[in-house]
Amino acid sequence: MSDEQDHKLEAKSDYVADASSVSSPDIDAVPAAELPDQELYHSHSWWTTYVFSQDAKYIGIQYALTAIGTGLLGLVLSWLMRIQLAFPGLGWLEPSSYYQFVTMHGMIMVVYLLTALFLGGFGNLLIPLMCGARDMAFPYVNMLSYWAFVVAVLVLLASFFVPGGPTGAGWTLYPPQAITAGTPGYNGGIILMLISLILFVAGFTMGGLNYIITVLQLRARGMTLMRMPLTIWGIFTATVLAMFAFPALLVGCLMMTLDSLLGTSFFMPAMVSLGEKLTHEGGSPILFQHLFWFFGHPEVYIVALPAFGIVSDLLSVHSRKTIFGYRMMVWAIVGIGALSFFVWAHHMYVSGMNPWFGFFFATTTLIIAVPTAIKVYNWILTLWRGNIQLSLPMLFSLGFIVTFLNGGLTGLFLGNVTVDVPLSDTYFVVAHFHMVMGIAPILVIFGAIYHWYPLITGRMMDETLGKIHFWITFLGSYAIYFPMHYQGFVGVPRRYFEIYDSPYIDTSTLLLNKFITIAVLIVGAAQLLFLYNLFASARLGKKSEKNPWKANSLEWQTPQMPPEHGNWGKELPKVYRWPYDFSVPGAKEDYIPQNQPPSEIIGAKVEKT
Amino acid sequence: MSDSSLENLPKGWKSVPSDLGSDQTAFKGVQWGKAMMWIFLLSDTFIFSCFLISYMKGRASTVVDWPNTSHVFSLDFMGVPVPLLLIAIMTFVLITSSGTMALAVKYGYEKNRKMCGHLILATAIGGLIFVGMQAFEWSKLIHEGVRPWSNPFGAGQFGSYFFMITGFHGTHVSIGVIFLFIFARKVYRGDFDTGRRGFFTTMKSDYVSIEILGLYWHFVDLVWVFIFAFFYLW
Repeated sequence: MSDEQDHKLEAKSDYVADASSVSSPDIDAVPAAELPDQELYHSHSWWTTYVFSQDAKYIGIQYALTAIGTGLLGLVLSWLMRIQLAFPGLGWLEPSSYYQFVTMHGMIMVVYLLTALFLGGFGNLLIPLMCGARDMAFPYVNMLSYWAFVVAVLVLLASFFVPGGPTGAGWTLYPPQAITAGTPGYNGGIILMLISLILFVAGFTMGGLNYIITVLQLRARGMTLMRMPLTIWGIFTATVLAMFAFPALLVGCLMMTLDSLLGTSFFMPAMVSLGEKLTHEGGSPILFQHLFWFFGHPEVYIVALPAFGIVSDLLSVHSRKTIFGYRMMVWAIVGIGALSFFVWAHHMYVSGMNPWFGFFFATTTLIIAVPTAIKVYNWILTLWRGNIQLSLPMLFSLGFIVTFLNGGLTGLFLGNVTVDVPLSDTYFVVAHFHMVMGIAPILVIFGAIYHWYPLITGRMMDETLGKIHFWITFLGSYAIYFPMHYQGFVGVPRRYFEIYDSPYIDTSTLLLNKFITIAVLIVGAAQLLFLYNLFASARLGKKSEKNPWKANSLEWQTPQMPPEHGNWGKELPKVYRWPYDFSVPGAKEDYIPQNQPPSEIIGAKVEKT
Repeated sequence: MSDSSLENLPKGWKSVPSDLGSDQTAFKGVQWGKAMMWIFLLSDTFIFSCFLISYMKGRASTVVDWPNTSHVFSLDFMGVPVPLLLIAIMTFVLITSSGTMALAVKYGYEKNRKMCGHLILATAIGGLIFVGMQAFEWSKLIHEGVRPWSNPFGAGQFGSYFFMITGFHGTHVSIGVIFLFIFARKVYRGDFDTGRRGFFTTMKSDYVSIEILGLYWHFVDLVWVFIFAFFYLW
């Protein structure tokens, strides 16, 4: 490692583009093509062009719109819950509806919005473009992946219309209560939820195989792994995590479906319900928790790693500066991904498992803070003395750094067994995970949409509306979640549909609940502004230039903008460098695209990558 | 990538950093579909691991004793109960089908259409026999009163895990058998020689697909070895 660093420093000080290499004739040489050009599927009908499209860009947009549509439902559910919490006197929601909304809000936001949007949406859109491929490796299966996702969403939504309504078991779906009388949707909604998750996993597997293989086997000439944008590293690693984490969810869902439908007792202990002994006996509820969190914790990073990657690229492009410590960033992503499989039981400190087990998981949990902190430092050092453009993507990226740091610090509290136990199941936990895996990734999503919108539509989104959207969303989220930390410290439990004026709970929290709800509604209204901007700009937005942000990565270097079917016209791009050559001394422009041959930038003191 | 350029690449462990540090492909000379199947199988391994680990946990923590498996799985042969008789035959058939599959891949690459087709058909029939014997075993156990929720021999979880895991594996075998029959037809028709396009995928057929199917088939057999060990020998 140190040798490598020395070498790198040396390269930095002498610069690689010295006289001898400039004069050599094959300065623009890249390795020969290993594979013949990919054969593309060409659609022949309206159905295969717009519905069952096999073009990854198009599938990405389909994924993104479906995910955002589902996410809007999750957003509306959160408004309904907040109104209930702030004004319990109104009798706005039944207790059972409240639980159902909590459950659906959680599952929709984590799985059907964030996972689908980051991997299905941005993955499909960006992987082939950024790697210099014409499409995904297996476009047909990629198309199936999207339609399996659609069916999963429809099954999930169908649970609103079955007798008993959707499940109200909480997004963690813990048995035995998830499938026992007394929990809303215990015999209808939960089955549809489990089936929907199984379909989601099956669909995701089909897409995930494509993302992984396209990154590994279909890159452009000259595109080494260490020249890939960090966006791709983030999405790639997250997909690998998903391929290994979703199996546990699939197995857990399958077993609980059997418990509910066939009367097996995988997770069901002997218990008495409504005065009668159930036929179940001998199952282990903790087993489900292990399966669920073996999926659940990597899931946090399935959402976070693409956000890490994307934000690194946004920060670099919009501060016109090389990303600080690229290799360190890559290894941090990979390291966080690997570690995320060894921390799952920190969600189970109060489940009654052996305390020594908790001690082990507290240790691994705190170790994960190291690569994460490296990333935060590197983002800040990327900004350091950069030419910071306060464009919309940059604003959202800055918002992300602060929010992620915030949520990460409270994570250190909750990662320690002794601190976690009193804070467990309070609003402190709610505030923590909403900050770290709700607001932080969503801010990146907004930044990414403002950044790549011209690539999709050829037009820019409205800057003023975007700035209003940013400030309301950013400040509003703090107005929502900071008070929740306090509520948690004074002991307000989560998942209660109504907080009474009780001697155990400080009256200040009741007032805070009203304040939070008002903030929620204002932030929610700002999202409508964003949606207006998103759809209206497709027609009314200012026409974008070819490479509006003057970025280096390949997706902006296509012959047409927005890129056409097959992305690259006649000839695939050749890659000569990483995507972070900004403000290079001696270069004419302040950016050098990845596919610009060295012979065109003679005199620029580029670092060898 | 031509074979000659593959030969110049570093060999052994040294190939790992050199391949990963190179452009275009991380697995040199490996067709993308083959790499994709490997990744899928890795993911599937996690599914079966979760099943088997859950089974171990479930078996270790039941309140009632686990059934005596050598008694439950025995088969009467000429009036004498022989433990593991049926399972031994099933396992033998499945492992043999792995052998015929491997030969089919070899003949496929040699463009020996006939032999390749025969061997794939043999593999498919082996798989079919396996699934048939599994159906026989299921019905035998069901006749004896074993149900997913209870059984007369001991802990109810025995039936739950047995039917779920062997059922999940049997589904894998059945899917494999369906694909083997489809592939046998494709081979006999000469799809892989003419590069005929797939009905759904519209991609050109290539003999590498047989190897990919073979990978899946060997995996299904390997998983069976673990299920065999954990269910029948424990």
